[in-house]
Amino acid sequence: MADVLTYVLHYEGELNKNSLGAVSEGAARAAEIGGECHAVVLGGEDLTDELCQSIGAYGATRVFRARGPEGLAQPVVDAMSRVIDEHGHAYALFGGGLLGFEIGAGLAARKHAGVTMEVTGVRAVDGKLVAERPILQDSKISVSRYEGELGIIIGRINAFEVVSRDGGPAEVVDVDVEYSPWSNRATMVQRGEQRGADVDIEGADILVAGGRGLGKAENFSLAEELAGAFGGNSAVAATRAVVDAGWYPYAAQIGQTGKTVAPKLYLAAGISGAIQHKVGMQSSENIVAINKDANAPIFEFSDLGIVGDLNKILPKLTEAIKARKSG
Amino acid sequence: MKICVLVKEVPDAAVEKRIDPSTGRMDRSGEKNLNPYDTHAIEAAMQIREGGAVQVDEIVAVTMGPESAVRALHKAVSLGADRSLHLTDASLAGSDVAATGYALSKALETEAPDLVLLGQQSDDGECYTIGAVVADHLRMPSLTQVIKMDLEEGGLRCERQAEYGYDTVQIQLPAVISVGDAINEPRYPSLKAIMGARKKPLQTVAAGEVGIDAAKVGAAGSRVKCGEFHDPPAKAAGQIIDDEDTTETVEKIVAWLDERKLI
Repeated sequence: MADVLTYVLHYEGELNKNSLGAVSEGAARAAEIGGECHAVVLGGEDLTDELCQSIGAYGATRVFRARGPEGLAQPVVDAMSRVIDEHGHAYALFGGGLLGFEIGAGLAARKHAGVTMEVTGVRAVDGKLVAERPILQDSKISVSRYEGELGIIIGRINAFEVVSRDGGPAEVVDVDVEYSPWSNRATMVQRGEQRGADVDIEGADILVAGGRGLGKAENFSLAEELAGAFGGNSAVAATRAVVDAGWYPYAAQIGQTGKTVAPKLYLAAGISGAIQHKVGMQSSENIVAINKDANAPIFEFSDLGIVGDLNKILPKLTEAIKARKSG
Repeated sequence: MKICVLVKEVPDAAVEKRIDPSTGRMDRSGEKNLNPYDTHAIEAAMQIREGGAVQVDEIVAVTMGPESAVRALHKAVSLGADRSLHLTDASLAGSDVAATGYALSKALETEAPDLVLLGQQSDDGECYTIGAVVADHLRMPSLTQVIKMDLEEGGLRCERQAEYGYDTVQIQLPAVISVGDAINEPRYPSLKAIMGARKKPLQTVAAGEVGIDAAKVGAAGSRVKCGEFHDPPAKAAGQIIDDEDTTETVEKIVAWLDERKLI
């Protein structure tokens, strides 16, 4: 038996896109190694039969539903460990995102299993799954092969496409989980708090994104003025570092825990180009980067890179684009 | 309160990283430094001590790695740790994430800390996962990517950014917390602290001394094998402009954008 177990995160009655990507991927790969794809969900009364059954549309044949706290990793480790003990899944697969990393790692410890994170591709080879992971700033791909009874695969954000199939409703199985004492020693006080103004960056054709290289919160005005000069459907976005530092609203954040964008033009100002940022914007049609550090990783995936001081370049570029527009 | 901070030696950011074709592992020779993300964890420990809400008796830097890893411990001590613990053993070489987390948890057990802090990732393997592995072995609650941490009765109140916005989580001690780099601005060590770091107590322990089961560590005890390194699909290199004359640079950018009908 070579079944694949996934975890499906939900929030306010909606299933997480990266989780459904993991289900889609799990179903496709499980079929290649003669198994099925199952899912674990954990939460309260909002986990209705209907919501759980709907995971079947992405290829899961069975959904194990546990009642427990939402948004924390360790209770999910307890639930998945319990399901694997009973059923003997050969692989656990997670979509990108914070919880997937924590659950996958916790499960690896609990089951003495191998784990690979940041995976961008899964293949079936001789009845087993192997995982491909980019390493060294994406300059190489490393291939993971698993030994033992369980292999754990944690995807990079957006790595697994959500695919609907005609699977029909999944069978819903309720499981009673006895949570570990240490799982019960963390309590969610507030979940999903939005900080700062609401900004729509996903629909923009042109995005001017600012990072720590802007130097201070006030310098976001340089990015705003440039976006304004482009006019039309343009907006300003930000990296996680500057959002966490309180320079720009959370709604404008690109990357791992933020939004994924693919505008016609992505102009990165003072952004080094860490992997966590890259995964949120690499599908942009044209990428222009301005950074004073010639070794910044962002230049490796930019179509046009400018090595220089953005305090000098941005204002002049804004003027030039205004002039070009009016001329 | 006793705080253990997990630290790691990584290749210096200026050194080009590569895979050693003979071993299939990261080539870890060359200039090394303390993982920059770890400095935030040490700073977080120092701020708890200096905050005065609780008496911090000891801050202990803990690492696993070859002899050279001592330098990372010296750096950690220069940033404020009182002493350090170095887990080093030939049998640990080639350990994967699960094995490394297990080995570290055994070393930590001997210290019985109230709080284990670590950085959000390492600069080389970019692993966000070691904290969760360590926590499960130590049977402690855990949270990663924490950007705000306040002491309160019996535990910590932590904030972090998760899938749907900012979460606030109460964690009872003892606990394992990995901190995000937005949590603080690490201080620079004073010259005196750098000079004094080598004089602070440093204990070296082997795997057997902390009760590590040899079957669960090293390349043989690891359940995932990485190899078959290959190049990703090639992407055409972009054009690079060195800004010498900004007016000229801007003209080039505008022409480039114009060509692609982006203005």
